[in-house]
Amino acid sequence: MAQADREGAVAPVQVRGTVLTVRRVDAYVAMTVVAPAIATRFRPGQFIAIAVGGPQSAMLARRTFSVHDVRPDHGGTVEFVFLPRDPGMQWLAECRARDVLDVVGPLGRPFPVPRDPASCLLLGVGAGAAPLFALSARLADRVCPTDFLLGAESADRVFGALTARRTGRSAVITTTDGSLGTRGAVVDMLPAVVQQARTDVIYASAPIPVLRAVCALAARFAIPVQALVAEPAMMCGTGLCMGCVLPAVGNDGITRMVRACVDGPVFRGDLVRWDDVGTIPFDALGAPGWKPRPGGPGAPGAPAPPNSSAPSTPGASPAPGATGERSHAG
Amino acid sequence: MPADLRTRIGHLDLPSPILTASGCAGSGRELAQFTDVARIGAVITKSVTLEPRAGNPAPRLAETPSGMLSSPGLQGPGIDGFLQRDLPWLLSRGARTFVSIAGHSAREYGELASRLSDAAGVTAIEVNLGCPDASAAGRPFALDPAAAGQVVAAVRGSARYDIPVFAKLSPEVTDIVSVARACVSAGADGLSMINTLPGMAIDPVSLRPALAGPAGGLSGPAIRPVAVRCVWQVREALPDVPIIGTGGVRTGRDALELLLAGAAMVAVGTVLFHDPSACARIQRELEEELVARGVDRVADMVGRAHQHSGYAAQRHSWVL
Repeated sequence: MAQADREGAVAPVQVRGTVLTVRRVDAYVAMTVVAPAIATRFRPGQFIAIAVGGPQSAMLARRTFSVHDVRPDHGGTVEFVFLPRDPGMQWLAECRARDVLDVVGPLGRPFPVPRDPASCLLLGVGAGAAPLFALSARLADRVCPTDFLLGAESADRVFGALTARRTGRSAVITTTDGSLGTRGAVVDMLPAVVQQARTDVIYASAPIPVLRAVCALAARFAIPVQALVAEPAMMCGTGLCMGCVLPAVGNDGITRMVRACVDGPVFRGDLVRWDDVGTIPFDALGAPGWKPRPGGPGAPGAPAPPNSSAPSTPGASPAPGATGERSHAG
Repeated sequence: MPADLRTRIGHLDLPSPILTASGCAGSGRELAQFTDVARIGAVITKSVTLEPRAGNPAPRLAETPSGMLSSPGLQGPGIDGFLQRDLPWLLSRGARTFVSIAGHSAREYGELASRLSDAAGVTAIEVNLGCPDASAAGRPFALDPAAAGQVVAAVRGSARYDIPVFAKLSPEVTDIVSVARACVSAGADGLSMINTLPGMAIDPVSLRPALAGPAGGLSGPAIRPVAVRCVWQVREALPDVPIIGTGGVRTGRDALELLLAGAAMVAVGTVLFHDPSACARIQRELEEELVARGVDRVADMVGRAHQHSGYAAQRHSWVL
């Protein structure tokens, strides 16, 4: 299914998109770019990669952003949200309407959505919440009740609290300093929210340590997680540079170093080896000292699994009750 | 009239001198979403190893001024996966494929070359000499003329006679010409230069090295002048050896610069991370540069900068 999911997705395009609006939203910059070819291909969870600094830029890495929303006006626009942290993003934040950007997208594996109505919890930390709103619109089409659990360090870093309250069945906000909602971390509130909302599936977009904690908790409740990762930092977004790798288990039980940009950014939470992110696990395919099992997968001469470069994700549609086939990694 | 970009090296006949540099085109599939791989000169693959390799831990890449530091650690499916999946795919798309190979001993390189010789769709072999030599305490082969020569001899000895072998040289040597000579006398049909320069960056936020490596190879436009110098020196010493020039090529004009320095082909690398359709664009720009100079054939530009200026002017007026 995951394979069909991937093959069904249309190829990304590289376009010159005109900036339509640049707005400040609390601590964040929200930018809308006219890019019909990307807007029509987009599915929630996918991202775009933008070249920064102009045509002779000294900044060669593209900056990647989860798409917040696409709209049909001007033929199709793409909106994304970011915190201008480095000179490249600051350059982007200083762009004005009618400036032209080199945009590649939509990239990556989108959020799979349930076939039948299921109770969905959308968990986002900081700007990571941005891709959840397009998802919630898509879930609403499928008559799935959605609950939001949003968190950040402070009130001005909580993204989309109003929209979450308006569109979600419930919305819980947490901040580290207590300036909005409950004081604390999203993970602290997760068990209560899951029990109250009778959550069937969690969609999470957050830093790696939060995703690790969410997946550990969800495993205890036997709830599948679809996790959108934003780390390790992507340099190209297109799969060329091999920079954004993390260890994930394939459906053949073998751990591979997979690229967050092409095999993700949305992963089934139980397949990513969260504790080993940033390392090469000793049992990963091709790790130092790794030996092919005679006759086993990956051994010379053995037929390669059909989708072996990717973390195959069976049961990509997290239908309720489809948890029987889940195996916990590690 | 459009300029003729066709490039002939021995019996190789490429539609264009623009290639993708090793390790910068993925398996070819990623790039094909943005560029027709059959229309560029050739695809130089990611270095293929005997066994599958998981590579180095993340972070593997860091952005530096006009460049990129990287230490991906040769992540790849190994020769079996490459021959089963990647090579047939490139062949089916009509791409010409220069297969880059990497190993830890001359024997491994030889074995890879003989495996490739039995496969369909190998246009040429590029020997990545930047790998650590297991028998020399991890010193890269490219730093020692004798070690480089041994590897090239092993590859040339195992590769089918009609597959040209290119040796990829490192700029991190005192005298690149001596390594180039050693490779050519060991049987290399051509040379490819330059590999990355070792570099390092430290993250001011985490206060730790930016790469897990912790050092990595510097590539991108930042190293282009080094590439031009290396190509120039080797062309000066070995004018008959075809060279693949690599290093920070971003525009048609950059490609022209390497051609003028003596490269017969130009590979585009790190810039593909920035602009995945760069090869097609650079090809177009190169053609425009040639037309603007009234040059019909790209071959006429190869090594042109070595011609004595008086002679060049004289010949130019005579041709006109």
